[in-house]
Amino acid sequence: MSERTAVIASRVGLHARPAGIFVAAVGELPLEVTIAMAGEPADDAMDASSILSIMSLGASNGDTVVLRAEGEGADEALDSLVKILETDLDAE
Amino acid sequence: MQTLSGSADTDQTEIGRTFAGVGVSPGRIIGSILLMPKAVREPAVGERLAEGTSSEEASAALRNAAKAVQTNLTDRSVGASGAGRAVLEATALMANDPMLVKAAVKLITNGASAERAIWDAAASVAEMLHNLGGYMAERASDVLDVRGRIVAELRHVPAPGIPYSDTPFVLVGDDLAPADTATLDPSKVLALVTSGGGPQSHTAIIARALGLPAVVAAVGVDGLADGTRVFVDGAAGTVLVDPGANEFALAKAWETTTAALAVFDGTGRLKDGHPVPLLSNVGGAKDAVKAAAAGAQGVGLLRTEFCFLERDTEPSVAEQVEAYRGVFDAFPDKKVVVRTLDAGADKPLPFLTDASEPNPALGVRGYRTDFTSPGVLERQLAAIAQAADGTGAQVWVMAPMISTAEEAEHFAGLCRAAGLPTPGVMVEVPAAALTAASILEHVEFVSLGTNDLTQYAMAADRQLGPLAALNTPWQPAVLQLIRLTVAGSRDEGHDKPVGVCGEAAADPALAVVLVGLGISTLSMTARALSAVAAVLASVTLPEAQQLAALALTAHTAADARRLVREKLPILDQLGL
Repeated sequence: MSERTAVIASRVGLHARPAGIFVAAVGELPLEVTIAMAGEPADDAMDASSILSIMSLGASNGDTVVLRAEGEGADEALDSLVKILETDLDAE
Repeated sequence: MQTLSGSADTDQTEIGRTFAGVGVSPGRIIGSILLMPKAVREPAVGERLAEGTSSEEASAALRNAAKAVQTNLTDRSVGASGAGRAVLEATALMANDPMLVKAAVKLITNGASAERAIWDAAASVAEMLHNLGGYMAERASDVLDVRGRIVAELRHVPAPGIPYSDTPFVLVGDDLAPADTATLDPSKVLALVTSGGGPQSHTAIIARALGLPAVVAAVGVDGLADGTRVFVDGAAGTVLVDPGANEFALAKAWETTTAALAVFDGTGRLKDGHPVPLLSNVGGAKDAVKAAAAGAQGVGLLRTEFCFLERDTEPSVAEQVEAYRGVFDAFPDKKVVVRTLDAGADKPLPFLTDASEPNPALGVRGYRTDFTSPGVLERQLAAIAQAADGTGAQVWVMAPMISTAEEAEHFAGLCRAAGLPTPGVMVEVPAAALTAASILEHVEFVSLGTNDLTQYAMAADRQLGPLAALNTPWQPAVLQLIRLTVAGSRDEGHDKPVGVCGEAAADPALAVVLVGLGISTLSMTARALSAVAAVLASVTLPEAQQLAALALTAHTAADARRLVREKLPILDQLGL
């Protein structure tokens, strides 16, 4: 199991357009990725490919989230996802 | 009303039939109709899998339908731009969302039909989003929209929303929603005809803004079949099935008229030279540039919501300054009336308004958001003042939804503190019309917002088709409120201007009445400028005053409109 933390950079938090971009990126990976707020048990993690799950997570600007994935290429995949979360996608 | 008799060699009962509605945007055209699919019917509560269908088959059908809806929405997003595109992209992801699909599949495994399963699964998700409040609560309606599309796909019926066609068509439906504007392509739609809606409905506003002929509240018109040829007269408010030579001639004549009417020389005046400045309602810099090109003598209503809508947080002062300056720059040396943020009711904003109010139209909206979210208005006024600094535009500022003289006084104080010398208020609450004299002791001008004034005077929701007859500014009570507002200005003693910036100003016949009642400026969608200018130029001030007096004597809205129109032969000549 690979694990990474990321600090949400988007001013509006992780919903609307930023959530859409993130979910689209997860959807292109051949892995199952989960997302949870930092400090929450791994069992409560949500499916990161679901825009509805991501939105209900309610992560705001500055919040820390934990991404988890298992399998070949998981480390590289999570690194690329962290990069997306740590960019202010709403500013583009 | 003229109708053609049905052809003898056919048994189609609809031929020659005329549907009478309310004309809300002039124009005479002939075209084939396409019906807007009806809202998707809810599957029966507890509907089970059909006999002979396994849960595996139903689950596969559901997954395919979800995927098809996602593909369709993604394809459409490619053709859209800006905010419309972002909404379509996010909605496309929701359609095939793993959490939604998994929840539905679980219900199918327990024996529910695919339609019922997605119906209930989406309802749970929508409720969860609703309970999160704010921005998420608004996304709940997107989930329900997606649900409708998936159910339509499972039933092999057309998806809800505006139909798509390569050739231009007459769009027929119940009523358009604000969201439909994003997907309505004005190059593909010839005219709008609805069985519901009223003169102030979204359909009417969209039609006038796009310059499309439109008839609303034409009961029964949604029973026509796709492809039926009709003649639409947006001034008379009629739809005729299977038009003949007479209608072809009228449609041809309208083409010539629109070409002639497309020109406005930039000076509104009556036949005797009495000036009536014609301004435009705009919602941003792009609109303002268009309005200036159409000859508008300034902006009578800048809807600053454009800067705030689709936002989850308040825009910064710097962002606002840039947005407002774009509008001011389009009108150097001309008047620009800026309306401060008008959120609430049909224009909710997550950081300002409470979506759970039982009566949003009577709730914390417009100026009233300053009670619950103080600071936003002051920052906006600071931004307006900063944007006004260094531009040639004469910047006036007004607050929406003012009910009392105290509110007007408070607003005027905020404006002066921000360095804005010309504060005003909108008159859209009947209380403000009745107390115009004391309100005008505190501000420099008032502007009548006739759409809301009508809705509040008649206690009739402007979106409701069954109330269309109540919801017209020709109503005697509304005309009286306009008269009283002008009288209030005279009583106050400084001849402070009373303008109109509602849809009423765009109705050429009503524009004459308004000027006759003493209204000093009219502000409208840029499309209407030339038609209003042409009709105003056909009457003198005494004639306009006589027509206003005539309208005030009428006991019904229909009589007022008819009496005035009879005395304005130019309307018929121009097909207005």
